[in-house]
Amino acid sequence: MELDPIFLSRVQFAFTISFHVLFPAFTVGLAAWIVVLEGLWWGTGRDVYGQLSRFWTKIFAVSFGMGVVSGIVMSFQFGTNWSVMSQQTGNVVGPLIAYEVVTAFFLEATFLGVMLFGQNRVPRGLHFFSSLMVAIGTLISTFWILSANSWLQTPGGFERGPDGVFAVVDWWQVIFTPSFPYRLAHMVTGAFLTTAFVVAAVSAWHLLKRRTVPHAQIGLSMSLGLICVLAPLQIFIGDLHGLNTLEHQPTKVAAMEGHWERQRGASLILFGLPDMEAETTHYEIAIPKLSALILTHSLDGETPGLLDVAPEDRPYAPVVFWTFRIMVGLGLVMLAIAVWSLYLRARGRLFDSPVFLRTLVACLPIGFIAILAGWFTTEIGRQPYMVYGLLRTADAATPSLSGWSVLVSLLAFIVAYGVIFPSGVYYMVRLVQGGPDTGEIRPPGLAEGRPQHQKRPLSVPEESLEPAE
Amino acid sequence: MSTIDWAAHLPVIWAGIAVVAVVMYVLLDGFDLGIGILFPYAGNDDDRDVMMNTVAPIWDGNETWLVLGGGGMLAAFPVAYATILPGTYLPLLVMLIALIFRGVAFEFRFKARTSRHVWDRSFHYGSLFATFAQGLVLGSFIQGFEVENRTFVGGPFDWLTPFTVLCGVALVAGYALLGCTWLIWRTEGHLREWCAQLCRPLLLAVMIFVGIVSLWTPFLDNDIAMRWFTMPNLLYLSPVPVVTFLVALGLWRTGTRRHDVVPFLLAMSLFLLSFLGLGISLWPNVVPPDISIWEAAAPPASQGFMLAGMVFLVPLVICYTVFCYYVFRGKVRPGEGYHH
Repeated sequence: MELDPIFLSRVQFAFTISFHVLFPAFTVGLAAWIVVLEGLWWGTGRDVYGQLSRFWTKIFAVSFGMGVVSGIVMSFQFGTNWSVMSQQTGNVVGPLIAYEVVTAFFLEATFLGVMLFGQNRVPRGLHFFSSLMVAIGTLISTFWILSANSWLQTPGGFERGPDGVFAVVDWWQVIFTPSFPYRLAHMVTGAFLTTAFVVAAVSAWHLLKRRTVPHAQIGLSMSLGLICVLAPLQIFIGDLHGLNTLEHQPTKVAAMEGHWERQRGASLILFGLPDMEAETTHYEIAIPKLSALILTHSLDGETPGLLDVAPEDRPYAPVVFWTFRIMVGLGLVMLAIAVWSLYLRARGRLFDSPVFLRTLVACLPIGFIAILAGWFTTEIGRQPYMVYGLLRTADAATPSLSGWSVLVSLLAFIVAYGVIFPSGVYYMVRLVQGGPDTGEIRPPGLAEGRPQHQKRPLSVPEESLEPAE
Repeated sequence: MSTIDWAAHLPVIWAGIAVVAVVMYVLLDGFDLGIGILFPYAGNDDDRDVMMNTVAPIWDGNETWLVLGGGGMLAAFPVAYATILPGTYLPLLVMLIALIFRGVAFEFRFKARTSRHVWDRSFHYGSLFATFAQGLVLGSFIQGFEVENRTFVGGPFDWLTPFTVLCGVALVAGYALLGCTWLIWRTEGHLREWCAQLCRPLLLAVMIFVGIVSLWTPFLDNDIAMRWFTMPNLLYLSPVPVVTFLVALGLWRTGTRRHDVVPFLLAMSLFLLSFLGLGISLWPNVVPPDISIWEAAAPPASQGFMLAGMVFLVPLVICYTVFCYYVFRGKVRPGEGYHH
């Protein structure tokens, strides 16, 4: 049997990054949420904030742990599976990743230790500071990784030698490529929305169960408040990002829209089946002129088509077309929930509409799905290129790689993640079911002198989440 | 005013930074991997809790040095990154999978009851396999890669030789020794007693392996042999094995006594000396046996851009790492979970 190492490497990269991106998508927002709670606790002295903070910190720890280990995998795959890409773009992308490590990863990893284990060893202010450093670390990390990704999408600030190696001429242009601001804003907003929907769903579930009601009301009110701001903002940013993509990656937009002909006054296809062989989109249900209006802000503006480029330069439209619709559709659902919550809040019924609360519970994964769908849209949409327009994915892979090696590694990752992910989700669900611990919060320990030792350790046995046998 | 030849100097500086990153990784993650290696042999579950609690707040930061090693190599020596990683594809895969299972065990173990033994094993075998795989990669690095035209052209199993397997076993013993001496420092009671008893056999094993690897390495490559065994190099370099022997002797004598931090410092010194020996053998190659740091280096625009930041950021990282170790100083006692 002939195994294609490039195809398998693509599947492996898609699999490992799809798994990985879920955790940063959640922890970026969650870290900020914990900082807010820690700050409120420190400022007001009300234990309810401290208890909420501890509750979400436990969930954060599980999620962050899985994010860290799956992230290490990513940093090695560039070298193992995409060595030509590493060699040719290492001068450009490498420093961005190295800066990510020294400005973000160390900050997160080091202060995470104090945040998780230092409650009784450092004063409250220092604990708040540690949580703040972790949260800032997650944002700095997002900055660098999206800078690297944006450079691959819309490269700038380089010159290319005869051996294909990219060399940097202007670092400013490398870091701040044309698509970077939009991509960063879209991703960070998406991450905050993802977290907000998880917090809203968990709070709604606790309200339905009449469990730790004061905590759940705080969580629900704050997360929905955030959603009301971010859901419309995200649609606005998404629109700007789309315009930017139209300018720099028109073929990707054509695939997203399912358009084959370059045309004026293009219609917006709501449903359709793009067919790469027949070069057409079947069973179109479309709204006339709307695509032109959205993309060019004019009823008869010109939009690109897939036929603008040769067949071998086109991304695989059926996937891009549909993942894009999933993302946009979920964005509209988010907006609807924001409006619904405003209506209920105005009538003072935010906490006691069972239909609304159940809807929120059902919407728990909405942010994750939207982020995955968006990620697929942008990554598959830039194919067949690794560096857009310059380095083809097929030319970027490791030449010495055997199909069997990649197959073995792909299967190994599937098995490993197949064990880790359900376990992590299981432990998080149990933590959520347990709810916040409403017991009195022990005073923080002394910063000076010998560490304080607890009479009743808050460790291990009491913390177990599985039923005893 | 003479201009500085950055193209000549930057690769040397970056080679230095790369060595610091790798040394930091090996010393720091080394002892927490070592704890995982020793984990199932501890007397009881309480001891295992204590062992884990001595590193739970800091292991994540330790492992980040590995990512810096990878990211830094991609940035500073892309050619090395693009040849060494494909050349060690399968051992790296084993290492990554092992690190995944080991890493999540820190979180999952304390959340589990009926399935705790699963995460105990995940921690132990994860640490063991990650270490062994790192030894294989180290061995492959020393024995060199088949490279043509800046591309790895060897087979998927080139890394598998008796020499690399020996390096793998040697590193398992080495990390176990680091973990053992760390526990002598950070624990008390019968767990400390047990580690004190374990120290000498582990040290003996490490010295035997280091001896074999050291004697074997010159036979892998004629250049390495020339470097060590010609006059006057032999005289200049002879302090390395002599000091190594003296450090080992010191560890032999202090490991079982009432010293706390001294055995750990001596064990780290053993690692540093081994590194020094390795550096002498391989300098100035970054992809043995042929590619030098200058041939593999990224252009000055990239290396300089990074250096500007590293000069401030790496000391800062070290500062808050020290702070974190300081927060979690002192002996860890049974039942004292710092667990959140």
